[in-house]
Amino acid sequence: MIKLAGSLQTGNSDWLFKQVELELYSGGWTCLLGPSGVGKTTILRLLAGLETHGTFKGELKTQTCSYMAQQDLLLPWLNVIGNVTLGAKLRGEKIDQERAKALIEQVGLSEHATKFPRQLSGGMRQRVSLARTLMEDQDLVLLDEPFSALDAKKRADMQELAHELLSGKTVMLVTHDPAEAARLGDKNEIMDATGIQQMPAKKKKTILAPEAAETLKLQSNLLVALRKEAA
Amino acid sequence: MNRLGWIILSCCFAIGLWQALVTLTGVPHFILPAPKQVLDTLIKSHELIAWHALITISEVLIGLALGALLGALTALHLMVSATSRRLLMPILVFSQAIPVFALAPVLTLWLGYGIWSKVFMAVLITYFPVASNFLDGLRGTDKGFLDLATTMRAGRWQTLLQIRLPAALPSLASGLKLAAVYAPIGAIIGEWVGASDGLGYLMLLANGRAKIDLMFASLFVLATFTVLLHSVISYFANWLTRRAKGETKELLENA
Repeated sequence: MIKLAGSLQTGNSDWLFKQVELELYSGGWTCLLGPSGVGKTTILRLLAGLETHGTFKGELKTQTCSYMAQQDLLLPWLNVIGNVTLGAKLRGEKIDQERAKALIEQVGLSEHATKFPRQLSGGMRQRVSLARTLMEDQDLVLLDEPFSALDAKKRADMQELAHELLSGKTVMLVTHDPAEAARLGDKNEIMDATGIQQMPAKKKKTILAPEAAETLKLQSNLLVALRKEAA
Repeated sequence: MNRLGWIILSCCFAIGLWQALVTLTGVPHFILPAPKQVLDTLIKSHELIAWHALITISEVLIGLALGALLGALTALHLMVSATSRRLLMPILVFSQAIPVFALAPVLTLWLGYGIWSKVFMAVLITYFPVASNFLDGLRGTDKGFLDLATTMRAGRWQTLLQIRLPAALPSLASGLKLAAVYAPIGAIIGEWVGASDGLGYLMLLANGRAKIDLMFASLFVLATFTVLLHSVISYFANWLTRRAKGETKELLENA
């Protein structure tokens, strides 16, 4: 069970957030929405064990994770295989080339395995980043707006690919896009200055089609709630 | 016309300008010798010039190699140790405030008239740009890369060697380019202050004996060497940068 409850103090009398409570949906997707600057990324960084600009007080139950950010964070001097196998190299472990190749194939980049990031489009780079995330094989996967820089078609494709390849894992997705949360979230949460509030989410574990009535209903629900929070 | 063609044309233009200046002003040959005269001296005294050039070139190359190596190692050390950084950075910055010229007599006193006082000058003058540029590069690694390494449970050393170091290669490359320009300056200053060999010494000697054509011939050899050195180091530095950015030759061909 991945859980966070507490506050984050950034100065003597400044808090980024107070009394926030979040529990991730085990073995499925939790989407965290909310206005910019409210601390969504900070929540994700706390769960990832990364440093934050402040002191967290409260309860934090997490585990080792794999992490994917908005920037693909591909090392420019390594080719696709090199980037996918980065984790093992950094830990000084034996590199499982076969598994890396299989994952690169799953994300549809077999032909580009020896290319460098510069030679790839934004969408391809994000797929390499996804393969690298899968290569880590962690049960907890933290995604910080990884699809937000992609165009609409690529974003929808990436959502489906990620949903398929990350099935069974506990995933947290920080996003600004209500449509994305509606499609993917088994649990949707909206964060604002007062805390985190749970919102309705899809019933089945499969990903929803972008045009499905349920998606559109959830999406408008989320959008209305987000606009209310912002007001 | 290609780049080489333009360089040759530019050289011809400069020599033409020089000859025109000599012909038009009628300046005496002991003030400004004509290009032809310098060329004659260069051919006539080539053994003498080559010997002194060999000394200067050795000083510059040894100095540059040692300075760059020590500079790079210092940067790595200061990256790893915050204590060293706090302790040594002020000393390093202060040492740069001393004009290298002022140190030359002291070095000659300590290390003698041989090549080592000049090598040490070249080390001193190349060390700081390499150390400082490389350290900036090592410390300026993209935070996102470091976060990724943290979530991947990378060790400190692995992060340094596999992320910070390759990401800092372009900064190391700009430090090396600067060092390649500075190293000959260090060696020549050293030779001026006290030496019995080297192009700097030969130029002073020729000047004192009013052999201005020999002085210009030595200057020409020195300039040719520094341009060559700079080209070679730049080529290597640019290769390092392209490598760090994943812009290999193969990539350029595919593009």
